[in-house]
Amino acid sequence: MSFHPNDIARRGQTATILVGLVYFLLVAAFFRTQILENSRYALQSEENRLREVPLPAPRGVIYDRAGRVIAESVPGYSVSMLSPTADSLQANLHRLADLIHLSDDQITSAVRRYRRAPNRPTAILSDAPFDVVSVLEEHRVDFPGLIIQSAPKRYYPDGSVVAPFVGYVGEITEAELALPAYKNYKAGQQLGKGGLEKEYESRLRGQEGVRFVEVDAHGRVVRNGGARRDLLPVPGPPLYTNIDLDLQRYVANIFGDSLQGGAIALEPSTGAVLALYSAPTWDPNRFVGGIPADYWKELNEDPRHPLYNKVIQGRYPPGSTFKLATAVVALQAGAVTLDEHMPQPCTGGFVFGSRYFRCWNHQGHGDISLARAIEVSCDVYFYQLGLKLGLARLIAGGVSLNFDKKSGIDLPDETTSRFPYAVDYYNRRYGPRGWTNAVALNLAIGQGENDQTVANMARFYTALATDGEEARPVIARGEEHRQRIFQLTDEQMAGLRNALAGVVAAGGTAGSAAIQGLVLAGKTGSAQNAQDPLHDHAWFVGFAPASDPKIVVAVLIEFGEHGTRAARIASKIIEHYLRASPAQYLSTEG
Amino acid sequence: MSPRRILADWPLVGTALLLSLYGIATVYSAGQTDVPTVAAHAWRQQIIWLGIALVGAAIASRASVRLIDWFTVPAYVLTVLLLVATLVIGTGAGTAASSKSWIAIGGIRLGQPSELAKVTVVLMLARVLAARRESPRSLLELWKPSVVVLVPWVLIMRQPDLGTGIVFIGIFFAMLFWSGVPLPLLVLLASPAVSLILAFNTSLWGAWFLLLLALVLWYRPFLLEGVVLMLTNVVMGVVAPIVWDKLAPYQRHRLLVFLDPTIDPRAAGWHVIQSQVAIGSGGWFGTGWLEGTQKRLAFLPAQHTDFIFAVVGEELGFLGVIVALSLFAFLLLRAIRVSSRANDAFSSLVAFGLAASWLVHIVVNVGMTLNLMPITGIPLPFFSYGGSFLLASWLSVALLLRISSEGRGTALGDLRG
Repeated sequence: MSFHPNDIARRGQTATILVGLVYFLLVAAFFRTQILENSRYALQSEENRLREVPLPAPRGVIYDRAGRVIAESVPGYSVSMLSPTADSLQANLHRLADLIHLSDDQITSAVRRYRRAPNRPTAILSDAPFDVVSVLEEHRVDFPGLIIQSAPKRYYPDGSVVAPFVGYVGEITEAELALPAYKNYKAGQQLGKGGLEKEYESRLRGQEGVRFVEVDAHGRVVRNGGARRDLLPVPGPPLYTNIDLDLQRYVANIFGDSLQGGAIALEPSTGAVLALYSAPTWDPNRFVGGIPADYWKELNEDPRHPLYNKVIQGRYPPGSTFKLATAVVALQAGAVTLDEHMPQPCTGGFVFGSRYFRCWNHQGHGDISLARAIEVSCDVYFYQLGLKLGLARLIAGGVSLNFDKKSGIDLPDETTSRFPYAVDYYNRRYGPRGWTNAVALNLAIGQGENDQTVANMARFYTALATDGEEARPVIARGEEHRQRIFQLTDEQMAGLRNALAGVVAAGGTAGSAAIQGLVLAGKTGSAQNAQDPLHDHAWFVGFAPASDPKIVVAVLIEFGEHGTRAARIASKIIEHYLRASPAQYLSTEG
Repeated sequence: MSPRRILADWPLVGTALLLSLYGIATVYSAGQTDVPTVAAHAWRQQIIWLGIALVGAAIASRASVRLIDWFTVPAYVLTVLLLVATLVIGTGAGTAASSKSWIAIGGIRLGQPSELAKVTVVLMLARVLAARRESPRSLLELWKPSVVVLVPWVLIMRQPDLGTGIVFIGIFFAMLFWSGVPLPLLVLLASPAVSLILAFNTSLWGAWFLLLLALVLWYRPFLLEGVVLMLTNVVMGVVAPIVWDKLAPYQRHRLLVFLDPTIDPRAAGWHVIQSQVAIGSGGWFGTGWLEGTQKRLAFLPAQHTDFIFAVVGEELGFLGVIVALSLFAFLLLRAIRVSSRANDAFSSLVAFGLAASWLVHIVVNVGMTLNLMPITGIPLPFFSYGGSFLLASWLSVALLLRISSEGRGTALGDLRG
């Protein structure tokens, strides 16, 4: 080879330049990766090793008006697992099934949950009993990705007594996750599913915290904390309600196991819901941590529909309780006075067109005033009042009294009450010639195309109990919505209340519901129903004391036959409430 | 054997020693994982190997260049025989368990003959190239050095060990360059391989072919040579797809993943991605020695062998990388200086060949951790855990030392510092 020093020197130079070039290129490449793209890779490295374990926030405590606990969060245990792949999760769960009870369904749904959020611990048991937790703790070493942590668990000390208004919480379902309203939720989180829990979900929920655990490439939890500062959960703020837990318990006790129906008690001046109960009820504590399949089946197959809220979801023809609405509309329109008599006295029935309309009392009530007609609930009087008023004014009056709306109670899933919006309703429904003015007769006595929720009837009676201003029923404290729905003179108001008091006095339709030493005002009603034509639903809506009402109560007993039955229950509720409250409401009335 | 005292090239020895200590510190760190791996105690063995390597280097540096020259042919023959034996009785190990690269007796792995071959091939090539008075001017004249490399290369590719094969090609071209083969001739020599790679894109290959034609017309090799060369290129362009079919699936996969690691983020591409994440998360100063999370939590594969440089990048950051690369650069420049100042052609070629071998190792290994090079399983000199290679590296240092001390103050007096 040519080994002349000049040649060697030249090649040496070339080689030196080459080494320098390689050095420069490599340094540049590392500079790009380590300095320019550092943040991206640092993030990726964090994502590799850090797993966020959610720390569920305790939900806000729900209190009654006296500070008694309706719903609280107690310590429980949740079990979840971190896995590098879905296959490894499945294998681990099958191994886990040898130790604790895990159904195939639970395993498949866990794997599905994993696929949606692979970097989040997959919830396996959201409420694990202590014996399961101790078995798992024993075998912890065999399951490196297993996370057992204390998780707040919802508890309702009064259980089924408060279920009708408090609802329950449960894990968010896949269908709910898909809804835009729940876009901030993640699989495995708890969610208010009914009642106050659902209505005030955003307030009660609190803020989930995060604990960071460090995992290795195989999904093993290597370090439990300290990898990064934990974010502590923020508990949900408490929810103070207007509920009187003592009264609620009393109402539940009256209904017992045999009665079927609902009751609501309101403070007329504010709309504060003192008690709301629907029977039969169910146990929300059994719903926490997943509803047991057999319990779910039992509730759904019960012909009395325990999960169907009779106060806000059930719609019933209001019957005679509606006569007050007819009276108010007629008085306000100036179509009648409290002392006015109708052209035809009651002889037990009334002929209109070719049809005969009965009064409930076949003996007849004779020639009576409006006030007396309310006391004895005379159908014939109200048939004629309806005719006198005319269908259009009757409907417009009912609409202005909000009989075609929801009561507006702060509970989810309330049914809208049914009432014609105008005369046009009948044209549309039956055709312009398909109906006669006879509908006015039916409407005037609370029958026909008129179905009301118990809550909505109670709302109307708050206006009767005050001076024509209705109060929207509210459970949460601090909300108050009053609105004038009719305007009568003071004498007219007093006259109506006197007539209502007459109902629950000797000689009234609910005389047997009278309370010693207390003037109770109210109206009974019976609602025909298609399910069982022989057994009407029994209504009572009323308030007390008649002169200065402190409580409005609406009671509906399904298949209760006569309003008197409902009236007796209502009067017990009222008596209990007023006796438990300051005693001045009693005895002063004589 | 020359009795005179060796004038040690202290900067060279010092650099190699610093690299070895840096390497052992990194091997130690690579063993510190949350869940212990096979690498946990590698650092102890590596220290023992360093001891052996230093002693071996001290002894080897006593051998004069003349002795080495005389010893070259038997060593080369022995190497080839060992490589043949490896193919017959060899065993696999570690991540390359399916290949045969180890010689073992009674279950104890003695070493990898291919590591030895890296040194002996350099010696043999130097001998063959130094024997010529003139630098080769035509491809035909290159048959001898080609055979010297081709025989062990084929044996190693049969193991198969793609990485070492690449090193041999690097050494071959580097030493031809050093012996004065003109660059156009080197390009022509490499052209069939380039054709092979470009064959997958017809227009690219066409452009390359025209370029090559121009080069042939300008350089004017022998007519026959030129024709054969062009024909070979055509054959390669056509043969390539067939060769592709012949590749083992994992080899094909590795090549594909090299081109785009995201096609397989969990498997083969996983290594490269995790290595990049480790290095990239290091930033300026790294997470601190022993503290790398990618390494500690087993996200980094082969963290004490092939991907050891990613540990440096993650734990010591850009600064640690600069220090390591600078040490390597200094070592290479020092080796080039030694070969420039050697007092005979053989010594000069040996020195340059050894430097070239290191360079290829460094570029391929370090490039691999950043996805600039395909994953081939080439170790990083002085860093990667492994006895044979550390020993071979230190024997190279010893040879360079000897050449350095003999060359000092002789033929190239004008360059003396």
